[in-house]
Amino acid sequence: MSNSERLYLYPVWIRLWHLTNAILCLVLIVTGLSIQFSNPSVVLQFKVAVAIHNIAGVLLTLSYVVFFLGNLFTVNGKYYIFEVKGFITRLMKQFRYYTIGIFRKETPPFPVTMEQKFNPLQQFSYVILMYVLVPLAILSGIGLLYPQITVNSLLGTSGLNLTDLLHITAGFLITVFLCIHIYFCTIGKTSVSNFKSMIDGYHESH
Amino acid sequence: MIQKANIRPAWVVLLLLLAFTLVLSLAQTDDQGSTGTPRKGSGENTRVLYSRFKNAEENENCLKCHGQSKYQYVNAESQKLTTRRMYAETIIHREEFYVSNHREFKCTDCHSEDYSAFPHPGNLRMETIANCIDCHGGDEHYAKFQFEKIDTAFMKSVHFQKHSDEFTCWMCHDPHTYKINARTTENLTETISYDNTICLNCHDDADRYRLLTDKQKPDIIKKHEWLPNQESHFTKVRCIECHSRNEDTLIVSHYIVPKKMAVRKCEDCHAKNSILTASLYKYQVKEAIQKEGLFKGLLLNGASTVGPDKNNALNIISFIIIGLLLLVIAGHAALRFKNK
Repeated sequence: MSNSERLYLYPVWIRLWHLTNAILCLVLIVTGLSIQFSNPSVVLQFKVAVAIHNIAGVLLTLSYVVFFLGNLFTVNGKYYIFEVKGFITRLMKQFRYYTIGIFRKETPPFPVTMEQKFNPLQQFSYVILMYVLVPLAILSGIGLLYPQITVNSLLGTSGLNLTDLLHITAGFLITVFLCIHIYFCTIGKTSVSNFKSMIDGYHESH
Repeated sequence: MIQKANIRPAWVVLLLLLAFTLVLSLAQTDDQGSTGTPRKGSGENTRVLYSRFKNAEENENCLKCHGQSKYQYVNAESQKLTTRRMYAETIIHREEFYVSNHREFKCTDCHSEDYSAFPHPGNLRMETIANCIDCHGGDEHYAKFQFEKIDTAFMKSVHFQKHSDEFTCWMCHDPHTYKINARTTENLTETISYDNTICLNCHDDADRYRLLTDKQKPDIIKKHEWLPNQESHFTKVRCIECHSRNEDTLIVSHYIVPKKMAVRKCEDCHAKNSILTASLYKYQVKEAIQKEGLFKGLLLNGASTVGPDKNNALNIISFIIIGLLLLVIAGHAALRFKNK
């Protein structure tokens, strides 16, 4: 494999952040499900699940601050900025590749370069995830963690209940993202090359 | 020549004040006439105040003594004017009676006509007083109040089971002051207080409590020490919410249960209504922070509003979505593998 096929796209801080984020998200999903479907016979005791979920939530918030500042002050932020004009067309093009082109062994429409780390679908889903869903989960989580700050009543129902619903919905959508994300990571030069790149920092092109 | 009136304004004011005082004192003067009958302790204004009620004038024959804490009569033997204290239990306060449901009643509608004699004949102490059902039972006019159902529920209550006929309607509902409340209220706090006062009249009054038992009256505060936010519960919840079995069709349950059957589980009240759940959760977290400190109390209190019974429909939808997603992924992976 020549060096030109290997791009150093993931500096140490991103890899450390990504690893932390991945572990915390998994812990939060497992404990979150355990709380949501609590049952005396389950392995994870309710109180323990709540305590782990709370601690992991606080750590995820800190990890998000690292991500947010990192994107604000390093070049990594540029990968999350996209041109609105023609974006839908580019999204559809990538979608067509994943649903049809990939089976016809077509070349990817948006190959990975140092200027363009993400394809349009990745860009769209990562922006929605990191700038909408995760902040929503964090803010609603804080509202549940410290319920005195949530409004007592909104639209005729308990403000806390709505915050609860928002938190579960955000958590659910993050879980959906995670399932797709992990599967799509198998679409690389080999089915493990993308996982490897998150360890050594180098992306291997198809 | 025009003569200037030489009247100082101060004199006018003084004269007016004198006239006003005179009118007021006349109005407040009691009837001082001496007859052989008891004297009343209240004034003419009281009669005027309640005269619009159908039997107010006739009732004054009783209330001139029973309407206040003392009464006077001329002793037939010594011919002396005698003042006596009225027993607290036989005092009927006009301001309470004339807003009660029985305000249009004559005293003698329920009590014997023989009370018109003074001193009252001794045998009247044995007088039998009618219960609610005696007058209201089987009356279509009162059907909506469901007196028969109330009576059946009362028969099952711990009060009747333990004390039988000794425990009458009047133990809780004084017919002289009783007014319909839960049906007509616009102020829930007042209704709660009104209802709870009915219970506390005996359960927080050792003398009244021991009318029916030789046992010591339990200390209500101590007995409810286990109850979180005790003061709020006492002022915002009726005693009967926990101490009676709810009957669907009755606004006020009369089936008071023994204390071992009273509601003690928080979730019996707080689980179904989300606003109550929320306030309970907030209380739990607040208390944990106070007890354990911010870090431990906040993160490790074990409280959560999320639970399996929260929204089953959403749970099912989320399972379906995840299931479909996994199917699509599996299909995609299989096709990729096939085309490799």
